[in-house]
Amino acid sequence: MTKQYALGIFEDEDVLLHAVENVRAAGVKIYDVFSPYPVHGIDDALGIERSRLPIAAFFFGLTGLSFALWMQIYMLGFDWPMIIGGKPHIGLPAFVPVAFELTVFFTCHGMALTFFTITGLYPRFKVPVMDVRATDDKFVMAIELDETGSQFSRLTQLLRDNGASEVNQKEMTNN
Amino acid sequence: MATLTHHESATAEQLVVTDGARKTFFAIIAAGVLVLILGILAQVMGWGAEEHAAAAHAAGGHAAAAHEEGSSTLVKRILVSLWHSNVFFLGVSTIGTVFMAINYVAYAGWSVMVKRISEALSAWIIPGAVIMLVVFLLGRHDIFHWTHEGIMDKMVNGKPNPGYDAIIAGKSGFLNLPFYLIRTIVYLAIWAFFSYKLRQLSLAEDQLGGTVWFHKSVNASALFLVLYAVTSSMSAWDWVMSVDTHWFSTMFGWYVFASWWVSGIAAIALTAIFLKQAGYLRALSSNHLHDLGKLMFGFSIFWTYVWFAQFMLIWYANLPEEAVYYNQRLGGYEGRYTGMFFFNIIINFVFPFLGLMTRDAKRQMIIMKIVCIAILVGHWSDFYLMFMPATLRGENGFLIEIGIAAIFLGTFLILFTRRLASASLVPVNHPFLDESIHHTT
Repeated sequence: MTKQYALGIFEDEDVLLHAVENVRAAGVKIYDVFSPYPVHGIDDALGIERSRLPIAAFFFGLTGLSFALWMQIYMLGFDWPMIIGGKPHIGLPAFVPVAFELTVFFTCHGMALTFFTITGLYPRFKVPVMDVRATDDKFVMAIELDETGSQFSRLTQLLRDNGASEVNQKEMTNN
Repeated sequence: MATLTHHESATAEQLVVTDGARKTFFAIIAAGVLVLILGILAQVMGWGAEEHAAAAHAAGGHAAAAHEEGSSTLVKRILVSLWHSNVFFLGVSTIGTVFMAINYVAYAGWSVMVKRISEALSAWIIPGAVIMLVVFLLGRHDIFHWTHEGIMDKMVNGKPNPGYDAIIAGKSGFLNLPFYLIRTIVYLAIWAFFSYKLRQLSLAEDQLGGTVWFHKSVNASALFLVLYAVTSSMSAWDWVMSVDTHWFSTMFGWYVFASWWVSGIAAIALTAIFLKQAGYLRALSSNHLHDLGKLMFGFSIFWTYVWFAQFMLIWYANLPEEAVYYNQRLGGYEGRYTGMFFFNIIINFVFPFLGLMTRDAKRQMIIMKIVCIAILVGHWSDFYLMFMPATLRGENGFLIEIGIAAIFLGTFLILFTRRLASASLVPVNHPFLDESIHHTT
């Protein structure tokens, strides 16, 4: 399925920030903004809701902690008990470093995988790029058009009025 | 929270310590005196004495030997808790300067809004130093085992000395009276000098403006941090670790520093919240609280890391001369410190860790306030656990200790707020002030 986008190209992050505010104030829904580096305050300007990734991270961490404790208690306490340094089979202080490391391991890998999945940034052969200059020195604001693309001329005017240096139309194949 | 918009800039704000606040400080002192008197009465009348006797008996010969040399338990308890609370308050007080110095060296802008609070914290360094020297000179025998008369002499009048302690004698190169006093005075002098110096530079900047004061402060801060890194560690050995003269831990300097550091940040955050709620620090926003909260969260974990690194190695190796430290605290003296031991981990790790985990928690004054108070109480208890099992053994208590801590707190607050009120709460000519006002996280 293909979709049409109007792409406003901006040269400066401050111009972009004000353009985002004005375009949204004009009642136009912005699909996304692409920039070479994170722009301070862009989340608020775009009205993006806070990510729920930290909640996922907490549960990944909890999973890692439980897994580490289960693994060590089961292995050293029940499956193959060994006396190490005269300590009890289930010597909790000795399990803490492994539990800590696995908590961190599960949290960061889980977070990274979740992030790449929900943002569509996971590696694949055909990478959809709105405008390749967004990885260099341009800021790109993408607005989704309907199938006929009839609003394009109106959007061109709006984007130009708000400081866009050029406005392009682009067709993207969604995955 | 009333905060500034993008186009306003901060102006000087003068703190006025109200009569109500002053009354509260005196009420804290009065409450402390009351609790102290109650505690002294309890000790003299021997309430719960059977328990004490049993514990002293269980502790065995060593406690009995220490008994003969020391003063009465009452005097001992007062001296030890003076030392304990003073080490805690003096450390927190110095952290104000350390925090400011780190921010100078890092060229950090966000913290300018709380800079005057960290400056004012150091108001306790001079009084604390005086108390420390007086308590040491008058009461060292009741706090430090190694100061006991003749403990380092193998022979007395040509006869073997029964009080000789070979291990302590082996440490005489470091733990002797002149060297110890010189070290203590050097630490205190360095801390007092640099806190004074940075304060003067900051006040001159208020009056005269320009960036020259900032660069001078960066230089002074860099020098101070190098000296503080050494002196904080060494003061921890001298003031805290040497009460357990036979025992040693290479982790100890960091452990004490971590305790002071996280309490200092909690004190800064707590003061900022109180000032904000009283209508001061107009430009302070939840973004500043968020960053202070992150530091408290992170350094609570750091403290736990250091604490656990020390604990686990000793637990694993189980060498008698090291393990005795945890023997005393985990089940020793009829288990009188066991509850404290676990309380210490819960209030200093579990509570800040879960309480400050979310972003919203760090941005809300009420949660930050609760966690700050918990951290301050928790780390005072942490020092309690460092001192009491080593000095009072089975004769510790709480009333005298809490009473003295409250007297310290009240006096500290009087001096602290007086210094806060003596200059603008906002360093108006600081070059990074604007960055701090517009700080977002």
